[in-house]
Amino acid sequence: MNTLLPAFDFQQVFIEPWTANAASSVWIVAMGFFVATACGLVGNYLILRRMVLVGDAISHSVLAGIAVAFLLSRSRSSGAMFVGALVAGVITTLLIEAIHKRTRVKQDSAIGITFTTLFAFGVVLISLYGGKVDLDQECVLYGEISNVPVMAAPLPAALSRVAAQVPVLKDAGIFWRGADLVAPPDVLRMAGVTLLVALLIGVFYKELLASSFDPGLAFSLGINATVMHHALMAALSVVVVSAFEAVGAILVIAMLILPGATSQLLSQRLPVILGLTVLHAALSAVLGLHLGTWLNCSIAGAMVVAGGGLFGLAWMFNTRDGIICRWARRSQQRSEAVPPA
Amino acid sequence: MRPRRAIPLLAAFILLACADAAWADRIGDLSQTDWREQAKRFITLRDPAVRYALAGSVLLGMSCGLLGGFIVVRKMALFGDMLSHAVLPGVALGFLWNMSKDPVAIFVGATLAGLLGAAAVTLLRRTTRLKEDTALGIVLALFFAVGICMVTRIQSLPQGNKSGIDKFLFGQAAALGADDVRLMAIVTALAVVLVCAFYKELLLTSFDSAFAASLRLPVAALHYGLMLLLAFAVVVALQAVGVVLVSAMLITPAAAAYLLTDRLHRLLLYAMLFGVLAGVAGAFVSFLGNNLPTGPFMVLAASTVFALAFLFSPRHGVVMRWWRRRAQAQRIQRENTLKAIYHVLEVRGFAHAHSVSLHELAARRQCAPDAARDEVMVLARHGLARLQPSSGTIDLTQTGWQRACEIVRNHRLWEWYLAHQVSIAPDHVHADAENIEHLLGEEMVCQIEHSLSGAGATSDPHGRPIPSRADMQRPFGTRAAADVVDTKGRMP
Repeated sequence: MNTLLPAFDFQQVFIEPWTANAASSVWIVAMGFFVATACGLVGNYLILRRMVLVGDAISHSVLAGIAVAFLLSRSRSSGAMFVGALVAGVITTLLIEAIHKRTRVKQDSAIGITFTTLFAFGVVLISLYGGKVDLDQECVLYGEISNVPVMAAPLPAALSRVAAQVPVLKDAGIFWRGADLVAPPDVLRMAGVTLLVALLIGVFYKELLASSFDPGLAFSLGINATVMHHALMAALSVVVVSAFEAVGAILVIAMLILPGATSQLLSQRLPVILGLTVLHAALSAVLGLHLGTWLNCSIAGAMVVAGGGLFGLAWMFNTRDGIICRWARRSQQRSEAVPPA
Repeated sequence: MRPRRAIPLLAAFILLACADAAWADRIGDLSQTDWREQAKRFITLRDPAVRYALAGSVLLGMSCGLLGGFIVVRKMALFGDMLSHAVLPGVALGFLWNMSKDPVAIFVGATLAGLLGAAAVTLLRRTTRLKEDTALGIVLALFFAVGICMVTRIQSLPQGNKSGIDKFLFGQAAALGADDVRLMAIVTALAVVLVCAFYKELLLTSFDSAFAASLRLPVAALHYGLMLLLAFAVVVALQAVGVVLVSAMLITPAAAAYLLTDRLHRLLLYAMLFGVLAGVAGAFVSFLGNNLPTGPFMVLAASTVFALAFLFSPRHGVVMRWWRRRAQAQRIQRENTLKAIYHVLEVRGFAHAHSVSLHELAARRQCAPDAARDEVMVLARHGLARLQPSSGTIDLTQTGWQRACEIVRNHRLWEWYLAHQVSIAPDHVHADAENIEHLLGEEMVCQIEHSLSGAGATSDPHGRPIPSRADMQRPFGTRAAADVVDTKGRMP
């Protein structure tokens, strides 16, 4: 049992990641941050619309789409993956609806049946043919976020020349390999997806707000609820598939729910909630790196555990209905209720 | 195949297999495997590992099916999903107890973790504004992440590397040993005994918890008891199915059973049967390849069973319902043709009954003569009418005539009922009667007839006579004109 917790070495856990290993830490944290932000922003709307379990289902079942895309294209090209995952996401929603509208099986069972079937299908494909493509069961479960920096590739030369003029960038050795500016393509792609999600939420803020909180009002404003629903599902599929490589198919659920749930405990204003989501994503990425370094375990898992720790803190200490405040209020009320002697 | 023929064939097959050369002792020893060889090994059950895998699959199918039945009728499917992910840290903890795959330690750890997860969901629901699905999702993801951290940590330890703890993620029935199977048997037996003992209470709380509470049944205690049994079922299935997919073994066989029956005891039996089927089929298929994970194959087998039930369940199956609806649409079409023939006859006062031509029918049905011919051919196939090829006239058989009278009678009785008993204006009753005439049951007809004769009426609100029971018994074409002719009531 004592071997489970390695000795805590402050130098190794908190200093070294940012000195000796900075070149990998930066990219791991950046990847974790982008994954958690993109997932968290989409996840907020899932929570508000009580569709968390649909998110759960889609994040499992994109595996089938990814596996099929891998086998057909024989490569890890991201285009094929996106298409495969989108198709899998659409099939999931259609199957769930078909099962629960056409039979007397309830929606929760329909969700459970659909995603486990597709997930099992994906795992079978990977275990049968996984040796031929670079994909294994562990990657499916908890991703390979620590491999992200290894894949750093040079950026276009023009960009390098521009960056060489910027003093801060010029001195940061981690971004350079010789005269080339390098960055892992996965991180860049995830950053792009995150920006896209943020942009879409900014543009359709009003529509999303209305259709999430008051579908009736949204309808009277001429907002098409079906389109919003399917757009959200599509965004969810894109986010899940781009996060897949880093955190796997199951930890994605945590990335979807935890930031949103934490911020919704702390505030009731949507703009504040979205801001807190980003903060939660950043904190859990950094803390997760340190936790994972200390315990020498899966860093993606550690990021989720760190995010869970933040959720626990919010649960305990938030000022409106946190457990501590509740308890304090109750004891105060009790003391007030006693008539003065 | 009949069993009598199958038994000698099976026996010959087993003898043939037994005559084969030496066997590899452990499955892991084989690097190259031939699926035929593997199938032979599986069916002959000579390998102890195969026997354990088979027994394990049967036991997990039973316990998962039994508890899954309650999950499905209580709409707690996603609770089962949460529970199955949440046991992972418990498995890792049980493994850490003495750094080995001790079944009892893992059982205790996993059960505790599952119950802790259930308690966390309840607590989150009670103390925050988060909705049930969010609470379930948080607990599922967080417990799973903690479990993943522990498992990867164990694998990075020197003695943990070859531990086989990763087999818990997707399951490996071939890794089951005698101790595992013994524990599984005990837990399954316990679950079966407890469910049998408290069957009535569980039935009542599952379907009508308010009534159960009014009978002073301990609803909450039963709920937590069921949670405990559920955790047991998850843990039993863990090693063979894997953490990630246990929930499928709970939900899918039971959902298939739910499509087949309305009675809970039958649902539980069917679910157990499907669970065992899926378990054995999955174990068999995964055994054919080398070191394939068992869980996904079991889940796919269960999904196949569900898909079959979804399509072909006699009452709820999609194909069956489509078939029934099509049959009904065709029946209605036939009845409408018969009714049209009746109307043609009625307009001419039932004279020259055998000379209804296709053209008259087509005019009445407002369709082309070819379409009318097709309709009559359909009637002929069902023994309701005959088409005289030479003259092109239509002849109803006795059954056809009776059915035609029945439909017209249903229609007019209903019109009379709506006009006189429900006081709907006579010009508003036709459309409704047009639909109900095909569906009116014998009992209803008798009731309306009774009130009809009580009121002394014999015709519908439009003045046309309602065919009586005596009319139906009369041979086609010999109807006395005096009975029916009421010149006022020509067709609208």
